[in-house]
Amino acid sequence: MKTDSSPPTDPVVEIKGLSRRFGAKLALDNVSLCVPRGMVFGLVGENGAGKTTLIKHVLGSLKAQSGEVSVFGLDPVTDPVGVLGRVGYLSEQRDLPLWMRMDELLRYTQAFYPTWDVGYAEQLRRQFGLDPASKIKSLSRGECAKAGLLLALAHRPDLLLFDEPSSGLDPVVRRDILEAIIRTVADEGRTVFFSSHMLDEVERVSDHLAMMVNGKVVLCGLLDAVKESHHRLTLRFGTAPARPPSLAGALIVHGGGQEWTVICNGALGELIAEAASLGARVVEQGVPSLEEIFVARVGARVLRTQPSSDL
Amino acid sequence: MQIHISPNDGVPIYLQIVNQVKYLVGSGRLSPGEEIPPIRVLAQQLLVNPNTVARAYLELEREGVVAKRHGSGTYISETGSPLARRERLKILTQRADALLAEARHLDVDLDEVIKLFRERQEILARSQK
Repeated sequence: MKTDSSPPTDPVVEIKGLSRRFGAKLALDNVSLCVPRGMVFGLVGENGAGKTTLIKHVLGSLKAQSGEVSVFGLDPVTDPVGVLGRVGYLSEQRDLPLWMRMDELLRYTQAFYPTWDVGYAEQLRRQFGLDPASKIKSLSRGECAKAGLLLALAHRPDLLLFDEPSSGLDPVVRRDILEAIIRTVADEGRTVFFSSHMLDEVERVSDHLAMMVNGKVVLCGLLDAVKESHHRLTLRFGTAPARPPSLAGALIVHGGGQEWTVICNGALGELIAEAASLGARVVEQGVPSLEEIFVARVGARVLRTQPSSDL
Repeated sequence: MQIHISPNDGVPIYLQIVNQVKYLVGSGRLSPGEEIPPIRVLAQQLLVNPNTVARAYLELEREGVVAKRHGSGTYISETGSPLARRERLKILTQRADALLAEARHLDVDLDEVIKLFRERQEILARSQK
């Protein structure tokens, strides 16, 4: 039995008020979030929103300029051995030593991890169809991803940390990656923190979600709660309004004539009452997908940065 | 157990699982007493979060569609038949609603729809002989 004195809700990753500046660009702007133990935490955002910068702070390869980062209650910058020994990391850039053979790569990586499970590594190697005698430089893109995934899993880490793991890969390899995520939490009660812009994948596998826009966390919480706090309402007006209707809590409005569809955030009752006060009735109502919420949030930011126009 | 998940169709994933299990029971593809896969197995098969599958199973148990047996697994309820009939009717009700709505749009009245049903029934019965 594991005799862990800390409560099970203890966060595995805790980030408080983290900011990071690269020259003139503020890459992370006062980011705070918590990854609870035993959960799958998905990090979404556009390219350049700050996801990779955030993950590099969790790995300890970037030092916090202001704010705090703790992983397993440790500082990843001052205690890299304590943190990295328990993390399985996979990034879009799978930097593998190209001159090695597969079996050499496994033995080499094993040396870094006291918890390396030789049997499990061998099982994964067969499952992924990786030839022990093949040179790393001769591997296809998909095989490189599988090799990277094997290295991230074989020491049975407490935290899987994946940065855009599915990017540019075929559906079969993406499936292997999602399976690894599910197996990690289902069989072993471990924790997964991953970034992705494949929103349907995030929606499938995550419990928790954080959405980043321009270095800021704009949404954070349980995926179900995030989804339930957003609504897609289709409004029908008696007479076509002269300009797009403005509802408080509306993130994005599209449509025309008498019918307009709004993705909004807020209490449903208030939104319906507000629509009525504008002279519209709700003819359709639904839960938007994560993708719709994402486009609405990012789109809203784009609209705000443009000078407002009555056209 | 064949279940298909589409993350983007607006129905929460746990509810997609609930609805499809009910449909499989209603259509007889899952029989009373039949065991359904453990949570972690279905989670890996569907590639969805295990907590989502757990939530679906809890809902199915609450509605009496499935029952847990202590120390073994989750099974389709033995009292499945009346419920299965209700579920079957529920599936048909949704189709009927859609058909009636369409008939209204096309300005076809109820008597004509019923007449059409009878005609189609005869044609189908004849073609199966």
